[in-house]
Amino acid sequence: MRRYYKTLVFFLSLWPLYVISYQIIFNQLGPEPVDRIINHFGEWTLIFILLTLSMTPLKKITKSVEWIKFRRMLGLFTFFYASIHMLSYVGLDYRFDFEPLINDVLKKKFIFIGFSAWLLLIPLAITSSERMVRLLKQNWKKIHRLIYIIGIFGVLHYIWLSKTIFFKPLIFLILLIILLLFRIKITKSVSKI
Amino acid sequence: MIKFKNSEITPENIYKKRRSFIKSIGLSASTLAMSAIPFVNKSLASERDKLTSYKDITTYNNYYEFGTSKSDPHKNSQIFKTTPWDITIEGEVEKPIKLSIEEISEMFISEERIYRLRCVEGWSMVIPWMGFSLSKLLSKVNPTNKAKFVEFESVYDPAQMKGQRYPVLNWPYNEGLRIDEAMHPLTTVVTGLYGKKLPNQNGAPLRIFIPWKYGFKSAKAIVKIKFVENMPTSSWMWASPREYGFYSNVNPNVDHPRWSQATERIIGEGVWAPRVKTLMFNGYGDEVASLYSGMDLKKNY
Repeated sequence: MRRYYKTLVFFLSLWPLYVISYQIIFNQLGPEPVDRIINHFGEWTLIFILLTLSMTPLKKITKSVEWIKFRRMLGLFTFFYASIHMLSYVGLDYRFDFEPLINDVLKKKFIFIGFSAWLLLIPLAITSSERMVRLLKQNWKKIHRLIYIIGIFGVLHYIWLSKTIFFKPLIFLILLIILLLFRIKITKSVSKI
Repeated sequence: MIKFKNSEITPENIYKKRRSFIKSIGLSASTLAMSAIPFVNKSLASERDKLTSYKDITTYNNYYEFGTSKSDPHKNSQIFKTTPWDITIEGEVEKPIKLSIEEISEMFISEERIYRLRCVEGWSMVIPWMGFSLSKLLSKVNPTNKAKFVEFESVYDPAQMKGQRYPVLNWPYNEGLRIDEAMHPLTTVVTGLYGKKLPNQNGAPLRIFIPWKYGFKSAKAIVKIKFVENMPTSSWMWASPREYGFYSNVNPNVDHPRWSQATERIIGEGVWAPRVKTLMFNGYGDEVASLYSGMDLKKNY
């Protein structure tokens, strides 16, 4: 039974793709479809960052190592959705017109920090394989702590682009802070031992 | 309420056919004229002038009084009462007046005015408004020589307007213009769109529309027009003075601090349609540029 958990999580993680495909096919994207697509994948990227970050706390709470099995997959889905998010902005919205894009990345802080977060995800995706874990040993952990910074960048990206309503970005911020606080607790208790 | 005879209301499809017919006459004449000029981007011009659908105009709105999501105003404004409705014109005037919406619709004839709307968020529509120049309404009062600016105040009614129960903006919504801007013939008092009376979500019963400025300058559901001596602080200036200035003219060369204003997305054009370049003064430069001659528009954003 447990063998199938991973497959199940994999297909569940494709949910954002089912939703957007349905909306594209049945013309449900509303008057500003490009914006909707970009925001959709942006939000799901943040959700996957939070999911990835929840696995270790869940392991501690439930005292079951099962959760860690999903962590890599969820992390890779984070990179996957972040890439679609970024590509739909670069390709669908700006048609690979790099002049205004470069201008945006350099001048607009919310785009700068979002783009930085995506860049930081690349080394994590590259070093995600079992072989890399063995190869990098202790360094692997250090590299993968980047996800904390990526999470912070991602939420800041959302807060900075919002006009006056910070309700949703604040929920992400609060959840992220909670998940990061777990880390402080964990490392503290570990160092005591 | 503005009364239209049934015969005066044109269904959207006929309306559009009529438009395309007029356009085709215009186009064939203009192609003849322009065939001598190379590199005229006809397709771009016609994309820009295509009317946005009634559905998109009335379901995709920024009207925070009825909620902050684009679909909220349509959902939450349907039972909003627009009668009785009075508008006062006061402040630095010799004799303030109060007019009911019925009196206004009797005094001024609304005509069709097709204008582009450019939102500060980077999207745009083309809307066939019904309305008349604000200058006509303002000519009913005599401003004193102290009057330099005109302030618009929108209705405050949190019982009917859900969004006003939250301090999203400094309620009531407040906007302003310099007197010469307010008196400009393009500055419109809007009473309807697509030949119908103005839907609640678009600012019924009466709103202002200034085609060369970002959409938020065009206050909806107006109850007060006030002549003042000093430059008014609008609701958006209160919310974020660094991001929203008093003038807020559409200007592709001056970025919003957080995003570029160089291009825009035309509403209703679908997923695969590219962005188009934003025009200076939203394309109304010939008419309005002179209002700002000698002014640094980067500073006066």
